[in-house]
Amino acid sequence: MNPEKAPIIQMKNIEKHFGSVIALAGVSLEVFPGECHCLLGDNGAGKSTFIKTMSGVHQPTHGEIYFEGKPMSFGDPRDAITAGIATVHQHLAMIPLMSVSRNFFMGNEPVRKIGPLNFFDHDYANQVTMDEMRKMGINLRGPDQAVGTLSGGERQTVAIARAVHFGAKVLILDEPTSALGVRQTANVLATIDKVRKQGIAVVFITHNVRHALAVGDRFTVLNRGQTLGTAQRGQITPEELQDLMAGGQELVALEGSLGGTV
Amino acid sequence: MSNAPTETAVDERVKSRSRFREALIRPELGGMVGTVAVFTFFLLFAFDSGMFNSQGMMNWSIVSAQFMIIAVGACLLMISGEFDLSVGSMIGFTGMMIAIFSVTLGWPVWLAILTTFALAVSIGALNGFIVIRTGLPSFIVTLAFWFILRGFAIFLPQVIERKTIIGGIKDVAEGDWLAFLFGGKILTGVFQWLGDAGLIATFTRGTREGQPVVDGIPMLIVWAIGLIIFGHVLLTKTKFGNWIYASGGDAEAARNSGVPVNKVKILMFMFTAFCATVFATCQVMEFGSAAADRGLLKEFEAIIAVVIGGALLTGGYGSVLGAALGALIFGVVQQGLFFLNVEPSLFRVFMGVILLGAVILNTYIRRIITGER
Repeated sequence: MNPEKAPIIQMKNIEKHFGSVIALAGVSLEVFPGECHCLLGDNGAGKSTFIKTMSGVHQPTHGEIYFEGKPMSFGDPRDAITAGIATVHQHLAMIPLMSVSRNFFMGNEPVRKIGPLNFFDHDYANQVTMDEMRKMGINLRGPDQAVGTLSGGERQTVAIARAVHFGAKVLILDEPTSALGVRQTANVLATIDKVRKQGIAVVFITHNVRHALAVGDRFTVLNRGQTLGTAQRGQITPEELQDLMAGGQELVALEGSLGGTV
Repeated sequence: MSNAPTETAVDERVKSRSRFREALIRPELGGMVGTVAVFTFFLLFAFDSGMFNSQGMMNWSIVSAQFMIIAVGACLLMISGEFDLSVGSMIGFTGMMIAIFSVTLGWPVWLAILTTFALAVSIGALNGFIVIRTGLPSFIVTLAFWFILRGFAIFLPQVIERKTIIGGIKDVAEGDWLAFLFGGKILTGVFQWLGDAGLIATFTRGTREGQPVVDGIPMLIVWAIGLIIFGHVLLTKTKFGNWIYASGGDAEAARNSGVPVNKVKILMFMFTAFCATVFATCQVMEFGSAAADRGLLKEFEAIIAVVIGGALLTGGYGSVLGAALGALIFGVVQQGLFFLNVEPSLFRVFMGVILLGAVILNTYIRRIITGER
């Protein structure tokens, strides 16, 4: 959609085999900075395997990954994170018993030197956490509030804010709205929108067409390990997307019996 | 983003909490309440028994300090999500090793102590390594070492010396610089002065006439205070402390965020072994002997002190200061019952009751913190 911009990440003909199972049979995808690229697909379509390949958890059996124009192969998730690819998992990397501030800086603790000793800089961490949360529209009682007291949507937002703060260029969101209520979903979608406007590429995995259409710029549908092409916003109707995801025929029959409510 | 709330915006669903309630929701709550209750009780009922004169205070301070030393290690390990049931056997084993190295083999005492520490920390690392590698619960792995180490603590002296107690350590440790660090006393001048000033009791006859009955602070207590400060600062004020919480809170989430969970856990096993060895060394230097049955039940006492101190058995939450208070409660009650002439076996009853109470209180506090209902 932005021909003048180069894609930040390109996945070319990615194949992934697990023993005799072909999870991905040649999937290609390009993501541009500042766009929200929705990856849709039914359960078992290969979405998770695909993004795990993108974030360095799996190595592709065949195919190439280009990051900022250069070929890349990620040995493990740390490599991908260092390069600027952050993943917010469905089951969050948040620890309910720990404070928001301690969670926010987990693994990236700010350090203040006193003599030869290094100490966790709590003042700085608390300050940054409160600022970032305020930007995302979450009012904390204090930075020492435990993450366990936040709602599911707020936790997603903390995770997203954390990834952005630590310099993510590509943000992969693995079904962030799947377990959320209407209001919380709206909050997360609003957060995605804010992040995209900062020029970060967002890969938004979902199987909910309405959530995808609410924020997506482009849509790629996966079905049985293959891609059925990428569509631009406005070129595709919700019904068409739904059909693509389900692989066509079966759902049409099913939909008839359900009165077109799926 | 036009509707970004301002700093003063208040979410109407977030109930404001009173400062009092805020202050209550902390891991140390149980320990603080318990400490106040225990001291109130014994001040009321045992004040005249000699429990609060210089000897009495030294008596329960030493016992408390012993509990504290092993509780600090157990506390950090439990917060990182693991257990060590081999602490008591480690105490028996390491004490015996010091005796064998120094008395039987005739090594200098400092070398015996250093070698024993290296050995103990290696066994701690092995414990941790097996737990991490196999993914087995630390309960099972350290239970195995509970047997293995106790077995060696009995077997080795029997084979070498044909007995289960090795004495004579006081003689070989005389003048040894490292032995002083575990068995010595500091501030002896202050206590002499207090005695001369008539503020504390002095011997009235015998060879030590005029000397104070309590003649200094044993290094055991210095170690306890040092370890508590170290543990507390490490846990709350450093990056590594954050990793300890994270490893115990949710190891998978911590790994996803780049926390070296395995390293943290193995280091905590090593630290627990270190604390057990400090305990054993102080005890051996104080008694001048090592016995195969030393440290029995200490693993449970350490864990109970930690739980009274507010740590969750499931990891991820707790406090070193709380654990220290738990250990203090233990020491005061155990010795206090003695001063009150109460049958000592009742101490076990007390231990069980207070453990149950502490666990229930902790569960309640955790629910408030995490907002579970």
